[in-house]
Amino acid sequence: MIYYLCFVLFLIGLYGVTCKKNVVKIILGLWIMEYSVNLFLILLGYRKNGIAPILKKGDDIVEFAQKAVDPLPQAMVLTSIVIGLGVLALMVTVAIRLYQRYGTFDITEMKKLKG
Amino acid sequence: MIEIIIGILLTFMIIGSIICLETKDLLSAIIAIVPVGYFSGIIFLLLGAPDIAITQMVVEVLSLIILIRATIRRDLTTIEEERDFFGLITTFAFIFVFFIFAMEALRYLPPFGSPAFTLNQNAPSNRYLLNGLKETGAANIVNSVILDYRGYDTLGEATILFTSILGALAILRVYARKRKKNE
Repeated sequence: MIYYLCFVLFLIGLYGVTCKKNVVKIILGLWIMEYSVNLFLILLGYRKNGIAPILKKGDDIVEFAQKAVDPLPQAMVLTSIVIGLGVLALMVTVAIRLYQRYGTFDITEMKKLKG
Repeated sequence: MIEIIIGILLTFMIIGSIICLETKDLLSAIIAIVPVGYFSGIIFLLLGAPDIAITQMVVEVLSLIILIRATIRRDLTTIEEERDFFGLITTFAFIFVFFIFAMEALRYLPPFGSPAFTLNQNAPSNRYLLNGLKETGAANIVNSVILDYRGYDTLGEATILFTSILGALAILRVYARKRKKNE
């Protein structure tokens, strides 16, 4: 059930990317898609009544391994969030450059290919 | 219980993203996307991932600053949304077909609450959980995965960040262009 809600969030982002004319709205649609994908990966690694994969003093390791949630998707998503920030900065830079050249954010107005 | 709470939070995220995409004013749209990120941070906390929740909060603030830089002091921030009817219908048909296929694919996933690494004893996550403290000396298993077992991934992440900032600087600079015009 939660997976479907997460996928609906992804589809809203897809709608923003394909149907919007404003460059900033397209960037926001990509950003929403990234949220949903990160959330989906973390949801896949959740164990029922799981605890965070951080050892406390005096914990039994075998018992801890029976209870902790999956640490591998968490590490990968941590990487993915930071990469998303870099990609966002690059996209915003391109949007600012397009605004300087054409004076608008509307993608249907950007017809001149000549630099 | 936790499924209901996460479902409610995800519904709020969906409402927030629809508001963000449908408002006319760009500044309101950007401010409307920030709660979506904070709700996802709360969900990360509920799912036992405090590291990601902290990172998500920090990245949210930074992305707000970057996105506001794109829209502040621009004259024309609202655009009339008039797309041709045929294109809109095609897009919705494509999204619907995508949804049908994904419905079929999501049925094959393990149910929520029983992840795949519990079914297989030889999965790498089990090894990280059992031997992480002994082999790397880090009490936080996520840190031991990032910085020790999969250190090359983190190196690649740093490379991508460096490249994207370099690309942003290369796109934004104006000096080389000006010199060419003067000649």
